[in-house]
Order: sequence, then structure tokens, then C-alpha cells
Amino acid sequence: MKFQPEKIKIKQLKQDIAFNLFRGLSILVVVVLASILSFIVYKGIGVISWDFLTKMPEDGMTKGGIFPAIVGTLYLVFGSMLFAIPVGVLSAIYISEYTKDSFFKRFVKLMTNNLAGIPSIVFGLFGMALFVNKLSFGDSILAGSLTLGLLALPVIIRTTEESLMSVENTFREGSYALGATKLQTIRRVILPIAFPNIITGLILSIGRVSGETAPILFTVAAYFLPKLPSSMFDQVMALPYHLYVISTSGTNMEESRPMAYGTALVLVSIVLIVNILANALRRYFKKKVKMN
Amino acid sequence: MKKFSKNLLEKITEGVLFLSSTITTLAIVLIVFFLFSEGLSLFNHSPVEEGFVVAVNKNNSAHDLSANQIKNIFDQNITNWAQLGGSNEEILLFRTDNISNYFTDEELGDSLQFVPARMNQLVDSLPGIIAFFPSKYVDKNFKGKLLSMKNVEVSEFLTGKEWYPTAEPAAQLGVLPLILGTLWVSLGAILIALPLGLATAIYMAEIASEKIRGTLKPLIELLAGIPSVVYGFFGLIIIVPMIQNLFGLPVGETGLAGSIILGIMALPTIITISEDALRTTPKSMKEASLALGANKWQTIHRVVIPYASSGITAAAILGIGRAIGETMAVLMVTGNAAVIPHSLLTPVRTIPATIAAELGEAPQGGLHFKALFALGCILFLITMIINLSVEYISSRNRFKKK
Repeated sequence: MKFQPEKIKIKQLKQDIAFNLFRGLSILVVVVLASILSFIVYKGIGVISWDFLTKMPEDGMTKGGIFPAIVGTLYLVFGSMLFAIPVGVLSAIYISEYTKDSFFKRFVKLMTNNLAGIPSIVFGLFGMALFVNKLSFGDSILAGSLTLGLLALPVIIRTTEESLMSVENTFREGSYALGATKLQTIRRVILPIAFPNIITGLILSIGRVSGETAPILFTVAAYFLPKLPSSMFDQVMALPYHLYVISTSGTNMEESRPMAYGTALVLVSIVLIVNILANALRRYFKKKVKMN
Repeated sequence: MKKFSKNLLEKITEGVLFLSSTITTLAIVLIVFFLFSEGLSLFNHSPVEEGFVVAVNKNNSAHDLSANQIKNIFDQNITNWAQLGGSNEEILLFRTDNISNYFTDEELGDSLQFVPARMNQLVDSLPGIIAFFPSKYVDKNFKGKLLSMKNVEVSEFLTGKEWYPTAEPAAQLGVLPLILGTLWVSLGAILIALPLGLATAIYMAEIASEKIRGTLKPLIELLAGIPSVVYGFFGLIIIVPMIQNLFGLPVGETGLAGSIILGIMALPTIITISEDALRTTPKSMKEASLALGANKWQTIHRVVIPYASSGITAAAILGIGRAIGETMAVLMVTGNAAVIPHSLLTPVRTIPATIAAELGEAPQGGLHFKALFALGCILFLITMIINLSVEYISSRNRFKKK
């Protein structure tokens, strides 16, 4: 074959076009993200103040703060994690340590993956049918927490299971060789090693749960409550629901706009903090493992 | 003794762990149960709301009418009972407020105590009448009969072109506009997200330097974590007016706005999964290609991408799944029109948005309530099919690789 410099030039040209195109599209994606974030920060930062975060809303949501919504979200996160973390982590331990590629294991995995893909509104429907109506919890923190917990459960199981599976078998074998029982191995060898990844997964789930609206629409959320909740059977205000109502209906939509920006910023800040925390933890533990 | 309690502890722990893992399965079973028992009971229900009746003269032989026919009757598209299998009699429409055309206030009684008797009179004396009124006004010895109607049928539910669940006297429950709305918006979203996402994934996996990749990855994760409402809020404030001005529309709430926002939301899913798939390409394959004289781009598009094709397909399908199931962002941005969409520049309604928007107003256990659960069943089935196809693709992939 003759040496064909033109062909090589064309090849190179195609590559340059493709690479630059892809580079450009990736930049576009970054630009989109950056514009969304900066828009919310820019419009919301003026509204954030100590008062905004700690006072009750006043004047038909045009003044005051969103304290009850923050409190409500905290309660819901706490409640849902109270349910989802034990059940999720324990299930993952069982699946990864106690069953070997059996039918049960594959079945539970299938169920978990399907549960993970169910849209949040279906969880909301289910939560309403079971917790609010059938079990008569009513619109309550209890119902909302259980529904959100179910939503978070498959995610926690998946991340915990992946963390456990990433622990090399040599650790397990070494522990057994030294005479430890299964329980002892899990408690003292496997869990400590998988701990950072598990915690990262939990933190990310917290971030996810705090932003979910659809599951709480019909199980707990209210737009305006004059008092903070006093029991787990009370309704509660929540940040995502608050943002939804304040920007689409509610009285005085125009005047409430600043409050809406503030609420959006608080929500985004939660996600930012959660992500930064998770990443920092990951890096910290990676360093520790490297040092060992 | 110590060994015994050690064993016991082990057994108890194992029991607790087993119990925990069955909760997941239990959850799915319960969800399916509640969803489908409420949703499917729709089809044992007449299309007329609780607390109301449709009554006719006792000699009227029309029977088994469908919701659509009732609608046509009350819209005066059907005017004679003969068209419905009855006798040749003009249809006389009667709604609750028409009662003052026939009786004075005195005849009805000041606390409406004579109304049942009057209704009785009316239905008995007017052979062509079809009366829609609250069931509490049905007299004990009713001289007319309740019009026999077909229960809501699966076929008319799935193919009906009108969604008016609060129509009187008979709710029109056709989900076609909702299904089409969901499909249109999701399709538009994927058309935006797939090229962008794939390009970014390829860039991150093959072209970008480690440093750039290291900054890009957490950014994408951040994008993935932003709540749906915030996207909806952004869409409402920025995208909707932009579309309104750009295309000169009366309202900016359109399917296009929904597709754009959903596309942005599906991006992180597509990017991360595709990128992972692309990175699994064995180094040896890439090096072999380069050794044969291909440059990087040729290697990418002839070796890496085909190798990762099943992973990329999985990413696309999961992205579609995410778009279909999204509720809040779509609700805030696509407007409120449950009609069959003819272009992307008109308001549409998707299935999850419909459920979220209407569940609050649907009386417990009523017709509308059950219809929304039936919609939930459809949504559940769609997502289950999507998940199972992704499972299938990745298991086939594993086989191939072996």
C-alpha cells in the first residue's frame, strides 16, 4: 500500500472535529448546571438571613421565615432514616454475607432494583393508601417518614451491599482462619473496612430524601401550619413542598417570590453540603487506607 | 456455656438480618397489592360518581350504556332513545337545577322534603326523561328505574381520548392523552439528553485528562442530587417565559419546556452509567486497536463504543425511565391540559403529573380516586418493564463477556 498522507490527515481531522465537538457539548452541560446553580444562588442569597431561617412565615408567606419548613424536613429526614438505615444496612449485610448466589439472593436483588426504579409518586400513592388510610395514621410525620424511608431503602441497600462486596475476600478468609465466627468477622473486620463507603451512601440518601416532594404530597405535607408539630401524628411543613406551593399557587405569588428563591437556595445548599461532605469523607478514608 | 451463647447470638443475628431483607420483598408485594387492588376496582365501578344516580322511566328499555354514550346524551349529540335501543321517544334531559322548571318552591318544600316525591312524579310521567340527581332524593318507592350502565371498561380506559374525571353525569376516563403526553415529553427529553449525555460520557471516559475528569465527576453528581422541585422552579422562572417569548405563544407551559427540564434531569443518569460502561473496555482492546494504526477517535467509535453498547443502552433506558416517572418538575412546567398533544408547543399532562395534581381533590375511595390508582398501576407497569429490560440487557452483556 502506498503511504497516503491525505488519509492520515483526514483521520486526524475527523478526530479533531469529534474531540472538539464532545468537548464543546461537555462544556454545554457544565454551563447548564452552572447557570441553574448560579441563578438560584444569585436570586436567593439576598433573602437568606438568620431571620429567614429561624422565624415563622408571616403576612401570607411574603415576609418572615421558613423555620417550620426546615424543622419539618429535619423531622422527616430523621424519621425516614430511623426506618431505612437499620433495615437497609442489615438487609445488605444479610444479602452479601449470609447467602451465596442462591435463588433467594438473586430474588431479593431483583426486588431491590425494581423498588429503586419505582417513581416517587407511586410511593406517595402507596404511602397514602397504606399508612394514611389503611393504618389510619392520617397525614402525619409517621406516614411521611415511612413512605420516604421506603423510597430510600433500595438506595441504601444497594450502596451498602456494594461497599461490603468491595471488601476483599482475603480479609474474610484471614479472619476465619484465625478462628472467628461469622458474626465476629462481620463486626470486627468487614464492617470497619466498608464503613466509609457505607457512610457515604447514607449521607447521599439523606440528601435525596430531604428534596423529595411527591412522596410527602399526600402523606404529611401542609403549606402553612401556625405551630410546630408536637407529635409524630401531626402534619408538618417541608422545604420541597413549600417551594412547590409557593411558586405555583398560594396567595400573593409575586410578593412571595423572594421567599421562593430563598427556599430553593436552602434546598440546593442542603444538597451541596451533603455532596461536599460525602466527597470529603471519601477522600479522607481513601487516604487512611492508602496509609495503611 | 460460652460457646452456646455465642452460637445463640449468631442465630439470633442471622434471624434479624434475614427479617430485614425480607422487608424489601414485603414492600414490593404490598405496593403491588395496594396499587392494584384499588386501581383495578375501577373496572367494577359505574362511571357515575358516588352519591348520584341517573334515572329513567321504568318502561325505558335502553340498557348497558357506556360513559361515552351518557356524555353524548347530555351534550345533546344523541336525541332519541331509539338510537340507544329504546323506544322512539325524544330524550328529555334533566339535571338537579332543572327542578325549578317543573315545580314551584312551595311544591318542593322549604327544606326540600317533597323533592323525592316530586322526582318520583317526574320520572313516572315523562317517558323520555333521563334524570341526573343526588341519590338522597331517590324516593323509597321509586317508580322509575336506575339506568343500567356498563362499568368502566379496560378498553375504553386505555384508548379513550378524553380525560375528564370530574365530568357529570358520567366521568370520561380515557388515558390516551395522558399516555401520549408522557411519551411525547419523555421522548423529547431523551432526544436532548442522550446525545449530550453520551458525548459528555465519551469525553470524560476517553478524551479528558484526569484532572478535568476529577472536576467534572463531582459536578455531575451534584446535578444528580438537585431536587426535582428546584428544577421545576428553575423551569418555571426561566425556561417557560423563554419559550413563550421565543415562539410567541400565549403560555410558555408546553411539552417542550417539560422535555428540556426532563432532559437536564436525565443527563446525570445517562452520563454516569454510560461513562462506567465505557470505562470497562479492557485496555488490551484499546491498545490493540492503536497498535493496528487506528487513532484515538477511530478506537473510540469502532472499539470502545460497540463494546460498551449494552451499557449505553441500559443508560438510555434508565434515563427514559427517570424521565417518565418524574413528577414535580413536569407538573410545574408543562401546564394543565390533559389533551392529546399535537405539537410540543402546547400544554400537556403526563401520568405522574396527573396523579399528583388530582389526587388531592379526589374523594377517598371514589371513582376519580380509583382512576388515579389505575394510572399509578400503568406507571408502575411501565417502570417495571423498563427495569426488567435493563436487567435483561445487562445479563446478556455478562454472558457475552464470558
